Amino acid sequence: MKQSLFELRHQADWQRFAERLDALEKGKAQATSNETFGRDYRRICHQLAMAQERGYSSHLVDPLQQLAMRGHQQLYRHRHPMGAQLLNFVLAGFPRLVRAEWRLVVIASLLFFGSLIGMGLLVHGFPDLIYSVIDPEQVAEMESMYDPQSSRIGQTLERAADADWMMFGYYIMHNIGIAFQTYATGLLFGLGSLFFLFFNGLTIGAVAGHLTGIGYGQTFWSFVIGHGAFELTAIALAGAAGLKLGWALLAPGALRRGEALRRAARTSVQLIYGVMLFLLIAAFIEAYWSSMTWPGPAIKYTVGAALWAMVIAYLVFAGRAPHAPD
Amino acid sequence: MPSPHALPRTAPHIAPLDTRSQIETPEGIDLLLRPAGLVVRALAFSIDFSIRATVMAALFLLFSLFESFGAGLSAIALFLVTWWYMVLFEVLNQGRTPGKQIMGLRVIHDDGTPVGWTASLIRNLLRFVDMLPFCYSLGAISCLQHPQFKRLGDLAAGTLVVYRDKPRPRPVLPHATPIIAPFVLNLEEQRAILSFAERQVELSTERTQELASILAEPLQVSPALAVPRLNGVASGLLGPT
Repeated sequence: MKQSLFELRHQADWQRFAERLDALEKGKAQATSNETFGRDYRRICHQLAMAQERGYSSHLVDPLQQLAMRGHQQLYRHRHPMGAQLLNFVLAGFPRLVRAEWRLVVIASLLFFGSLIGMGLLVHGFPDLIYSVIDPEQVAEMESMYDPQSSRIGQTLERAADADWMMFGYYIMHNIGIAFQTYATGLLFGLGSLFFLFFNGLTIGAVAGHLTGIGYGQTFWSFVIGHGAFELTAIALAGAAGLKLGWALLAPGALRRGEALRRAARTSVQLIYGVMLFLLIAAFIEAYWSSMTWPGPAIKYTVGAALWAMVIAYLVFAGRAPHAPD
Repeated sequence: MPSPHALPRTAPHIAPLDTRSQIETPEGIDLLLRPAGLVVRALAFSIDFSIRATVMAALFLLFSLFESFGAGLSAIALFLVTWWYMVLFEVLNQGRTPGKQIMGLRVIHDDGTPVGWTASLIRNLLRFVDMLPFCYSLGAISCLQHPQFKRLGDLAAGTLVVYRDKPRPRPVLPHATPIIAPFVLNLEEQRAILSFAERQVELSTERTQELASILAEPLQVSPALAVPRLNGVASGLLGPT
């Protein structure tokens, strides 16, 4: 068949298909008009193959190619694992994933909590050590924040009114930002994640040791214990996710490095979804519960311990029991 | 190319000397993708960056009216604009942030499907590494050495930034009486002759003449008559003879 005849015969179909694609791309297509979409798309593909095989000109083949490409974009989608299965992910998927990656989680936790506790003890023993990690100005700021005389803990006095919401926003930006950095830099063969885990551990440990040492321990610990359960765990998990990226590059196993990295990224970003959830909860607790002053330290410690137990129990036990098929 | 004993019509395809990449679909056709290079992507990023800076400045001014409540809002807005601007636009607007839309680009999966939440989140979180140690150095190096111009985030997420092809207007073919070529044409040659006819409007007369005279001998005409002759062959390929 000559090109002009071929074109004459099918031009109207192509026009119709292009119009339908326009509608679909704008999200305005009616459901009934899509029933024949698969068939029409296959026909376009068929005609494209014929046009190429018969050596028709580029000005005929290229538009058909574009139609096929646009049709392909509309027809084929990756499933979104997060959308419909959010509840399942929270109840079972996330803790299962954490347990499946337990080696990396243990490494990240040891590094993070190890450097935190170690530095805390060191600063407690040798108070001057804190100035090698943190600026004197920041230390002074920390001291004023956790001064037992302050009416609202965790923020300076002059910002007391209406400050919960502000601190909520600040915690979200700051903490999730840190978690994202810890994760992303894992791509540098895991070194970035290791660095951020260690560095954040040192900083937090130094602050804790210093404040305890100068007698602000009561205000500090009762403030941080509640949201710390979610926040510190989340940082450790983000580090584990980053280490997974780095490990895929270092030891790709039977796969090519690129493929190993893609698979590791797909798994580890699921961990990051969980981390974001944890940090949202942490920011909420930090802004609205931890900063309250009326519950006595005893109540704060009890609630904090309960939260820690809850987080650990969730990560260790949730999703173990088989459940009814979805 | 011109020889009476031309290659058979099923001559093997020679890989084109360009950056296009092909994806075979279940329907048995090849989708052609044109990955976008460093410069155009850098421009798209700068456009996005200035949009974000403007939006943040405006929001910051607005929220500063509300004191500490506004400071909280600003912090959340800064977080959203820093980490989620790209992801939200890419997933909800067919792989196009405003900058990419202006530059005619879009993000897709390696297999040609539209980019989803997971892949978009990965490629934009890892953007942080691409920016290291300064000014997108790692991203630029990775982009320049990769055959499909992928930065590190694209490698991990399995995504690709491609040009969106826009439909081109059909050219007016020079009028000529359809004739049959005096020798057998393979597919490549057939398309080359059709392209010659279609592109004639864009070429100068001298260049047209020069190109056609290469074929004067196999067409068995004097070089001066080669152009109308070749146009005749082209229109013979297109329509009835």
